[in-house]
Amino acid sequence: MVIKVLTGNYTVAEAVRLSNVDLITAYPITPQTTIVERLSELVEGGLIKARLVRVESEFSALAAAYGAASCGARAFTATSSHGLLFMHEMLWWVAGSRVPMVLAVVTRALGPPWNIWNEHTDFMGQRDCGWLMAFAENNQEILDTIIQLYRITEDEAVYLPGILGLDGFLLSHASEPVDIPDEDVLKDFIKPRSQPYNMCSDDVLTMGNLPMAEEAMMMRYDIHKSIEAAKNVINEVDEEYRKLTGRSYGGLAECYRCNDSKYLIIAMGGWVGTMKDVCDELRDEGYDVGVLKIRFFRPFPHEDLVRAISGVKGILVFDRSASLGSLGHIHAEVLARAYMLSNKVIVKGVITGLGGVDVGPKEVREIFMRFVKDVDEDGQIDNISEWVLGGG
Amino acid sequence: MGKIVIRIQDLSKDKYVLPGHSACPGCPETLGLRYVGMALEEDSILIIPAGCSSIIQGTMPKSSLAMRVINVPFASSAAVASGIANVKESLKISGIPVVWAGDGATADIGFASLSGSAERNDDIIYICVDNEAYMNTGIQRSSLTPYGAWTSTTVTGKREGKKEMPLLILLHKVPYVATASIAYPLDFINKLRKASTIKGFKYIHLHAPCPTGWRFDPSKTVYIAKLAVEVGAWILFEAEESKVKLTPPSDTYVDKNKRKPLKEYLNLQGRFRNLTDEDIKMLQELVDDSWKLILKFT
Repeated sequence: MVIKVLTGNYTVAEAVRLSNVDLITAYPITPQTTIVERLSELVEGGLIKARLVRVESEFSALAAAYGAASCGARAFTATSSHGLLFMHEMLWWVAGSRVPMVLAVVTRALGPPWNIWNEHTDFMGQRDCGWLMAFAENNQEILDTIIQLYRITEDEAVYLPGILGLDGFLLSHASEPVDIPDEDVLKDFIKPRSQPYNMCSDDVLTMGNLPMAEEAMMMRYDIHKSIEAAKNVINEVDEEYRKLTGRSYGGLAECYRCNDSKYLIIAMGGWVGTMKDVCDELRDEGYDVGVLKIRFFRPFPHEDLVRAISGVKGILVFDRSASLGSLGHIHAEVLARAYMLSNKVIVKGVITGLGGVDVGPKEVREIFMRFVKDVDEDGQIDNISEWVLGGG
Repeated sequence: MGKIVIRIQDLSKDKYVLPGHSACPGCPETLGLRYVGMALEEDSILIIPAGCSSIIQGTMPKSSLAMRVINVPFASSAAVASGIANVKESLKISGIPVVWAGDGATADIGFASLSGSAERNDDIIYICVDNEAYMNTGIQRSSLTPYGAWTSTTVTGKREGKKEMPLLILLHKVPYVATASIAYPLDFINKLRKASTIKGFKYIHLHAPCPTGWRFDPSKTVYIAKLAVEVGAWILFEAEESKVKLTPPSDTYVDKNKRKPLKEYLNLQGRFRNLTDEDIKMLQELVDDSWKLILKFT
């Protein structure tokens, strides 16, 4: 084991190095660029045995990774924002083909206007493609989750690709100490490549010609069932990883001081760290508050949510993305489950941090105190989905 | 490298395009796919983007193509092939990634990924099967539709000429570029076999007259394809290391007097029914320009 101080992006490259990847495709986009730069250095320096293809677009980055992966390669690529949107058609194709691989998404706002700062809208735009979708809170979790994702996506109960999201700049360019496991420790954890079929085997296979309607629908249903089945695999892999490294993340979601809490904050990504700090302060001040961190958005941790909200009076959900004209993405998921259980719990959504708007402990505390006041004094909230615009 | 000469008797009798496919009568693509099978036998790993050949395969779980086939999104085929080529050695893959793409997938929507793969000199064969319009969606113009042709999006005739697609790839300085026609199967098979022995990016542009889209009798597919070459509207050549050499019978048509009149070719096709004399003059000039251009590279 060695502890290195690494940016989020360099941590991604370290995880790829440890995951025994065969093919990497590289195309630059801010703030993802230093991932493919670092991977180029590692490949050209002989520290990773993989082939690196410097493609001419993000669309081709995923298409080339897909080609190699459908022929038996463990593949990786990374992108952000408009690059991810340009890949969107291929994302459906990779999942529909049931070809496992891993994609790192360094989240960034979408234009216009041109904006390189952080928000989660690009990530959330891939919600329905059939990929597993994880998100990291800090650099250590980036490393551990990418390594875990290769195991999860290549499990025969899953056989689907997976995304790891990390916050642009807040993690991608922020340096933190990262505990890097020895290759020996991971020796049995990193398995040989596994996938449902190989297009370059000697079998004469055809992938993707026209189906009858019922077969097409059955294939969609199969993906849905496999995403559900991934829940067990995610928990098992996280537990196996804990035994080797001492680190685990609660599988799909982490419950931070949320036992017996009256209030629950729910969020995903780097700002969960801030929320945990605020939670500690509030606990010291006598508020019964906890934080539920969404680690996997797909599959969504419904069971963890149900456990966490039992007995809770008010839920405050933070989204760094919005379905314009409707709700924040996590808020919508939480609302659906919460009201299936109980019509008493108050679930408020806050959409903030878009376009790079800074959300620190002060803002989290203010939003929380306002919510507590509404719930405790009025027993209701005026606005179930509030945009907090920042800047004043 | 020695010239590889083949005889039709020596070619595989195995069927690579099976009965029951769902192509139109007189389809040039099924002919072309048969020749790919005869040339490369078990070696090809076909990468097929959206187009007629996506449909020709028929419905799963069956397929009319007895070759490995990966169906892929419209613009992605060269990039998918590139990914496979890049792990071919390390994963000990036996077979050649062969893209089988139409003119729209090649010259329009997939042009960027094709250009990228050519520039990287990926070890693949890229075949553009050119029926000169978006036939699968119902005959819409592409950048490879010729001047004057009716399509469902150029109902008064296309006002622009045909893009010089093979030359555009030639200028990427790849090791092998060739044109072919479904009317000359041995020539196409020879070129495919030669391409399969060369390392790097190989491009073959296959002219494929489409009875449905060009409005001619389905029994005349090969006849029209042959006429295209004989009137000089389609020029057969190959280029190794960027040196262009006309291949038979196009080498004889350098002499314009030996070519048949362009009208013979145009008159058989409903898509050219409304050409004016001026249009025909324009088309003749465009054909002559193409000859002048290609001869500059010989």
